[in-house]
Amino acid sequence: MAIELRIPSVGESVTEAFIGRWLKKPGDQVRKDEPVAELETDKANFELLAPAAGTLTRLLKKEGESAAIGEVVAYVEEGEGAAVSSPAPSPAEPAPAAVPRPPSVPDPPVVTPPPVSTTTPSPPPTYDVNPVHVAPLPVSEPSAPPGGVDLKPRVMPAARRVLEEYGLSAGEVRATGPGGRLLKEDVLRHIEQSRARAQGTGAAAAAVSGQGDGDDVEVVRMTPMRRTIARRLVEAQQTAAILTTFNEVDMHAVYDLRARYRDAFEKKHGVRLGFMSFFVKAAVDALKQFPSVNAEIRGDDIVYHKRYHVGVAVSTDRGLVVPVVRDADRLSFADLEKTIAELAKRARDKKLGLDDLLGGTFTVTNGGLFGSLMSTPILNPPQTGVLGMHGVQDRPVVRDGQIVIRPMMYIALSYDHRLIDGREAVTFLRRVKEAVEDPTRLLIDV
Amino acid sequence: MTQHDLVVIGAGPGGYVAAIRAAQLGLNVACVDDNEMLGGTCLRVGCIPSKAMLESSELFYESSRSFADHGIGLQGVTLDLDKMHQRKNQVVKALTSGIGSLFKKNKITRYKGLGRIEGPGRVAVRGDDGTVELTAKHILIATGSVAASLPGIEIDGDRVGTSTDALAYKEVPKHLVVIGAGYIGMELGSVWLRLGAKVTVLEYLDRILPGMDRETADEALKLFRKQGFEIHLGARVTSAKAHGDQCVVERDGGDSITCDRVLVSVGRRPATSDLGLETVGVATDKRGFIQVDGRFATSAAGVYAIGDVIGGMMLAHKAQEEGTACVEGIVTGHGHVNYDAIPGVVYTSPEIATVGKSEEALKEAGVEYRKGVFPFRGNGRARALGQVEGKVKVLADAKTDRVLGVHILGPRAGDLIAEAAVAMDYGASSEDIARACHAHPTLAEALKEAALAVDGRAIHI
Repeated sequence: MAIELRIPSVGESVTEAFIGRWLKKPGDQVRKDEPVAELETDKANFELLAPAAGTLTRLLKKEGESAAIGEVVAYVEEGEGAAVSSPAPSPAEPAPAAVPRPPSVPDPPVVTPPPVSTTTPSPPPTYDVNPVHVAPLPVSEPSAPPGGVDLKPRVMPAARRVLEEYGLSAGEVRATGPGGRLLKEDVLRHIEQSRARAQGTGAAAAAVSGQGDGDDVEVVRMTPMRRTIARRLVEAQQTAAILTTFNEVDMHAVYDLRARYRDAFEKKHGVRLGFMSFFVKAAVDALKQFPSVNAEIRGDDIVYHKRYHVGVAVSTDRGLVVPVVRDADRLSFADLEKTIAELAKRARDKKLGLDDLLGGTFTVTNGGLFGSLMSTPILNPPQTGVLGMHGVQDRPVVRDGQIVIRPMMYIALSYDHRLIDGREAVTFLRRVKEAVEDPTRLLIDV
Repeated sequence: MTQHDLVVIGAGPGGYVAAIRAAQLGLNVACVDDNEMLGGTCLRVGCIPSKAMLESSELFYESSRSFADHGIGLQGVTLDLDKMHQRKNQVVKALTSGIGSLFKKNKITRYKGLGRIEGPGRVAVRGDDGTVELTAKHILIATGSVAASLPGIEIDGDRVGTSTDALAYKEVPKHLVVIGAGYIGMELGSVWLRLGAKVTVLEYLDRILPGMDRETADEALKLFRKQGFEIHLGARVTSAKAHGDQCVVERDGGDSITCDRVLVSVGRRPATSDLGLETVGVATDKRGFIQVDGRFATSAAGVYAIGDVIGGMMLAHKAQEEGTACVEGIVTGHGHVNYDAIPGVVYTSPEIATVGKSEEALKEAGVEYRKGVFPFRGNGRARALGQVEGKVKVLADAKTDRVLGVHILGPRAGDLIAEAAVAMDYGASSEDIARACHAHPTLAEALKEAALAVDGRAIHI
């Protein structure tokens, strides 16, 4: 009998997933828990596993199409081998007709070539084919906006049909109808504009840059994940009143400490003593003094977080991801280093789960990895603060009337000015500076 | 001297609705009207009594025609015109006294008498018992319109009269000449045609129902002629006069017509005489309509106007929308009327209803459109009713599919048009209407089918 493959729930704020790639095609044998598809969300990628052993019979979604959480995207005919000899499921059997599908979309082919080859308006390529550039800026990938405010437009019936047909989500299209309704014409306009951008716009871009079209440019469609990231970043810029304050840190004390205890630390804990743990510790210490930096705006309310879940930006070949170190205030230096190293490894191996990415209350990002001396990080909504670390340089500074050479780092705090006053932000950053310059202060809490 | 937040002059559909809405919003409201009965032209001598007469006359007419098709045999069907008028009067009385109750419920002060603006914030009411002076923060003019006439036509309020007279003829005319083939002329012409009069309609233009979608009006013209209307298009009436019990109607390039009744239905003009507009400086246009801005404010501070008196579509429901929007604007700062989605209905048989743009208007504006048509003969309910004449026409933007106009000629068209108006107000595409489930068997299915036909996929044709 046919078993439905549904998009699993992966977290409260995630309502849809994109089919990144089908790993199996109709007719393929699958084992129980074997990955059938790669799914993408704006948060992370995960795999859709076969619920039982059998034969994959039907795929209901094309690559690049979106599916709601809980939506059926494929069917598996149970029983090994049995289905191999009967490639097409008997018409009486195939999954109870409970699959919601717009009437004008033709039935997906049953056990025919994988849907990649079927005509779709403009299938977004998966990012395996088109790796996105790693942004050298310490831009953190924003998480979903806080729950509570429903910004989704009311979708008119015909608009819903066109959205489904083109694998779009309502949020991607600007609604112009009365009362914010999303009209069919809005979706058609959106599709037309995307098409114009994808094809001709060689022409537009070239006209602007004064170059000929064709070979001078390469037009690559954004992956759903990149599109979501792009939208969220702009949303963050438009929603919050982002301001950045700078300071500099003398890393002399940290260097000393590391020089003295590096080997002992590594021997005992099996992990390198890095800078990161100092900054996370110092940040948590400052957050305790300035609760508004560990807070968020939710409607007309300010929500102060009493736990300290610090997101740490990690760059991967697909872009920046921000896994979260939970309860960072309760972890020792060694635990922090271990946790961060572990999260970074899983991020690079694409093994992060949604749980690893949700719930951060503050973010630390290190642009110094790429050599940046100064930058203005973007907030990771709904958070109100993000601490930017940068590269360390030996610079002449004045100590006790003498010019001396010290390892110096600029640090930045971007903050939401709606909630945090300049005085708080500046003092917060000074507290971070003081704690890193003299880590004993963290120990005796002064 | 009595102080009010708002004084509404005129208790027609625009005025009384504005008064009630303003009272709901917390204003101290007064409404001034010279008539014993509230409700204005619409309730007293317009929409309501004409619909009562249309219903009665249709039953009489059908009793000797389609009843036999249903297998109902009747003999000796008689007409008691007095009784018919009585029933009409009861309908009117029930509705107009209903407005009195609504006024009481909403604590609206009613003044009987002629309202006249005496200066900024001042209204005098001249009634039977002398004059009362009112002061008001806001004055709303909702005096409506009166029947217009043409040079050479001598209206005597009896043989040569307006719609008010034609609603109350004491006996069925032998020969009624209707001047003007607008909706009033066609509706009242229908009443007396059904009751046995010979009806001749003289229209100056080359079409009936000016302003309506041409194709729909032309199809209606054929049906009206089939019913026995004698309709002359391009007929310019030069004079109409009563001579005793007879009237003579003269026209350019045609024989004069002798008849016993003439209904002058050539349009309506704003009712602004002796309103005291000059005392506060309310500006009017060339045709006498009061000029207002988007919030219905006139050129005089604190004076507003809505309904027929400001022009546009002279329809009760348009006046009601404006009255509501106007007082909401005064109290809350915002109020809005969507003029693109105001339906219009002609209560002939079959009915004609329309909302949005006509095909000609779209062509003239150079809008590319697609058209979906569905005839009522393909509709099960219409068949069962035995009323299969007419069709539904949906016009949608060729590119965006947005519904731009819907025109219906057919049974209960006036009720069917509501769905189209709601859809248009929501910015619907023809596909939106087509995708919505419509009950079977209903006349409304014809609208769904016409919407499907826009995309060439109607089912039952």
